[in-house]
Amino acid sequence: MNWVWLHRFGSPPYFYRFAGRWAPWLLGIAVVLLLVGLYGGLVVAPVDYYQSDVYRIIFVHVPASYLALMTYVWMAIAAAVGLIWRIKVAHAVAAACAPAGASFTAVSLATGMIWGHPTWGTYWAWDPRLVSQLFVLFFFLGYIGLRGAIEDRDRADRSSAVLAIVGIVNVPIVHYSVYWWNSLHQLPTLMRSGGPKMPMSMAWPLLVMLGAYTFYFFAIMLMRARAEVLRRERGGAWLREVLATPEARP
Amino acid sequence: MNTPRNSAVAAATAILQRDLLLAFRKPGEWLQPLAFFVLVAVLFPLAVTPEMALFRQLAPAALWVSLLLASLLALEFLFREDARDGTLEQYVLSGQPFTALLLAKTATHWLLTGLPLSLVGPVAAISLGAPLAAVPGIFLALLLGSVTLSLLGSIGAGLTLGVRRGGALLSLLVLPITVPVLVFGAKATVMLIAGDGAADALYLLAAMSVLALTLAPLAAAAAVRISLE
Repeated sequence: MNWVWLHRFGSPPYFYRFAGRWAPWLLGIAVVLLLVGLYGGLVVAPVDYYQSDVYRIIFVHVPASYLALMTYVWMAIAAAVGLIWRIKVAHAVAAACAPAGASFTAVSLATGMIWGHPTWGTYWAWDPRLVSQLFVLFFFLGYIGLRGAIEDRDRADRSSAVLAIVGIVNVPIVHYSVYWWNSLHQLPTLMRSGGPKMPMSMAWPLLVMLGAYTFYFFAIMLMRARAEVLRRERGGAWLREVLATPEARP
Repeated sequence: MNTPRNSAVAAATAILQRDLLLAFRKPGEWLQPLAFFVLVAVLFPLAVTPEMALFRQLAPAALWVSLLLASLLALEFLFREDARDGTLEQYVLSGQPFTALLLAKTATHWLLTGLPLSLVGPVAAISLGAPLAAVPGIFLALLLGSVTLSLLGSIGAGLTLGVRRGGALLSLLVLPITVPVLVFGAKATVMLIAGDGAADALYLLAAMSVLALTLAPLAAAAAVRISLE
């Protein structure tokens, strides 16, 4: 198999142009999916028998929680690629993932608390799922903190990559916490073996919202990584050339 | 004539002896975490209404939170001195497996904090109302838990090596990954104080320490190597 298409991403000029070309499209798709998903979730989907309209926060909460973990895995993979093959663009991608991941985790926790108050009767429970998600947030913050504390960029890249790889142990703990411990948090109802445990009229808006969040993540990840490449390669000859042509300006 | 394997063990043993000797010449360094541990454990009962039943409920939390904090306190200095005076660079150049040499340093950290804290911990537990029968179990739980804490901590110490004011960052990095130790350590202590068997929690603590022993030294060595470059 020919891997040239993959190796090209290691080149900052190629990645810079690629990210600039694709980020607006991904963002556009995300916005369209978001509008469709919100319409489906807030208008089309029927009222839940037990939770009435409160359950509709699921359309914001579940995709954010899912993306929090997916961002972490993506960041760890990018960091590992950067560490093993010493690819600078991969480090830029990992650096771009962290703030996005921290935001998704914060949104997941906040919407979960808002949802918890009317349904569980409390904003916060010391429940494995909630606590482990909170520690994912601390992990993202620790990663950003470590990156910021080390002045030498190459060292910051590689030290934070080791941290990201070590932190991957957290992902299965969060994912399986609802199965392993008796938890107040409900079991997954969408991504389970045997198909979604909810009517299709509720499941499709959720899936669309999941798609919207995913496209949004890749769009902002590419934008941030592009800015990161721009910052790292400042003074590079190729950048001067790119910026000289008007249509390629950011 | 030494085979390479033996010389690695000999080098690690030499480091262990040197670090222990240095520590015993300056008792303040290893006595501080111990005093800190006792102090924090004592603060817990002072902060609640003085009832023995409440103390007994509080004992596991006081014990494990104090252990976590005391273990963190000593971590900051785990590699710092040796990085500053170039000793760690000599270790890299020595041709011996760096992982084994760092493991010896981590073992020193455990011998000077984990082991004494595990010995003092049961005393603190008794003062908080734990029955005498729980002492061997609590000692074992603290022993297994502190091994994992030292090993996980060595990764954080390696990552924050050479970072200015790395202490707060170190706790932000290390505390989230030590949560399972806290959860199962406290669970074992709760069951032991209640007079139940705590075998499954102790097995889990043992499994975590074995897992940390196999993987953490590799990550710590990678982290220190990056910091030295």
